[in-house]
Amino acid sequence: MTPALAIDGLGVEYDDFVALDDVSLTVAPGESFGLVGESGSGKSTLLRAVAGLAPVSAGTITVDGNVLGSKRDKAFYRKVQMVFQDPYGSLHPRQTVDRLLLEPLAIHGFDDAEERIVRALDEVGLGASFRFRYSHQLSGGQRQRLAIARALILEPSILLLDEPTSALDASVQAEVLNLLEQLRATRNLTFVMVSHDLAVVTHMCDRLMVMQSGRAVEQLASTDLAARKVTQDYTRGLLTASEGFRRDPA
Amino acid sequence: MSTLLDVEDLRVSFPTRTGVIEAVRGVSFTLGRERLGIVGESGSGKSQTGRAIMGLTAEHGVIEAKRLDFNGTDILKASKAERRALRGKRIAMILQDPKYSLNPVMTIGRQIVETLRTHEPVGKAEAKRRALDMLAAVQIRDPERVFGLYPHEVSGGMGQRAMIAMMLIAGPELLIADEPTSALDVTVQLDVLAILNRLVVERGMGLIFISHDLRLVSSFCDRVIVMYAGRIVEELPAAKLSEAQHPYTRGLLNCMPEIGADRHPLPVLDRKPEWRL
Repeated sequence: MTPALAIDGLGVEYDDFVALDDVSLTVAPGESFGLVGESGSGKSTLLRAVAGLAPVSAGTITVDGNVLGSKRDKAFYRKVQMVFQDPYGSLHPRQTVDRLLLEPLAIHGFDDAEERIVRALDEVGLGASFRFRYSHQLSGGQRQRLAIARALILEPSILLLDEPTSALDASVQAEVLNLLEQLRATRNLTFVMVSHDLAVVTHMCDRLMVMQSGRAVEQLASTDLAARKVTQDYTRGLLTASEGFRRDPA
Repeated sequence: MSTLLDVEDLRVSFPTRTGVIEAVRGVSFTLGRERLGIVGESGSGKSQTGRAIMGLTAEHGVIEAKRLDFNGTDILKASKAERRALRGKRIAMILQDPKYSLNPVMTIGRQIVETLRTHEPVGKAEAKRRALDMLAAVQIRDPERVFGLYPHEVSGGMGQRAMIAMMLIAGPELLIADEPTSALDVTVQLDVLAILNRLVVERGMGLIFISHDLRLVSSFCDRVIVMYAGRIVEELPAAKLSEAQHPYTRGLLNCMPEIGADRHPLPVLDRKPEWRL
């Protein structure tokens, strides 16, 4: 089976700074793959490189068997869409929800925009009453639902998720994670999800890669992580850290 | 245990064009030399509670309370000058993100020295020596170097340590930490918490730890207050978090994904209107 996404020996450099160094991974169609690491580990850079937002210096990215060039064409963006971390920064403040959702449809020349916008809003649980509001009239969770609607309105097969819930409250996070899981199941989407939160990644993803300073530390299945079957000390350290603060016995 | 802070029926409201917004609606608690956690989601009033005690409520905000007493001083009746003397010297506050709470055009060392000399009559050389000691106390390996750096030249974890150093140098009795580690990586988070924990215990300070992270707070504090819509819905010892009674607390605990737990979909909070009452 052709992998939905295959990355081989990928490198990203900003001037002299190596943000990503020789990283390889493959994601099967319909799979959910997680990237975990601290800030500066290169996890977001990897997503941005796939989306064409980072200067690739080495390696290849293959989507559905097609090797990507340095420029992405329209067909690529119909297939691959991205949801960003901060819903306060990723939505145009002067555009209504309707206008925001119309933009990708206009770019790709859809003629059934009306129908699609209504359906997209409905799918993410926002409803038609939100259609002519501005993003500042929405809560953080509603904004992230809108960002997801905007990504899905082109019916992509791969969704790149860059910390989609880290700006949200825990209860809202649960709602958005449930929405993403449900959408993945109904549309057979492939997810590549970045998070600093091990619990979120193991909840959402089948497999994951741990990253540190631009390199892959290890790849493992979520079930192995849950069973503490890790081989690298760094991963073990992350696991311990995610368990919360432990007071030294005084 | 002697009471350091006594808050009774604290209310903070903001008049706006469309009516009065009540951010805090009758919060009461007392604090000794202990670690108290205040937990809630955005908009629950947890930060406004901390800000009201510190005296950082926005100018147009209205603070009312039956009692707001800090170690015998009535904070509400204090003049601006008295409040300034309290702030920084006896009550200190650590904010969420060192990127925004440190002065970007002043070196870290100068900021710490400034804090110290504002509150204590010490000479320049003495102030510098104490600043360096304080930087060493927050486990900065090379205090001399960090002393001369600007905030943008250090990492988030280092910046937050510098912030803690600055807040603790004047020896406050009460420390309010508003999401002190939310902007940091998990591994760095624990280092910073360990430093905070050690200093608070060693110096016998009272600590109010404000956070949205119920689990983190319960692993760090002695007592936890859970806030919802400007009110306290539950107060319990941190060790007994699993025995929480209020549906909101239980819902908050429940909705977080856990490593190894297979719960699809995650339980979501069903917000009941009566919780607001």
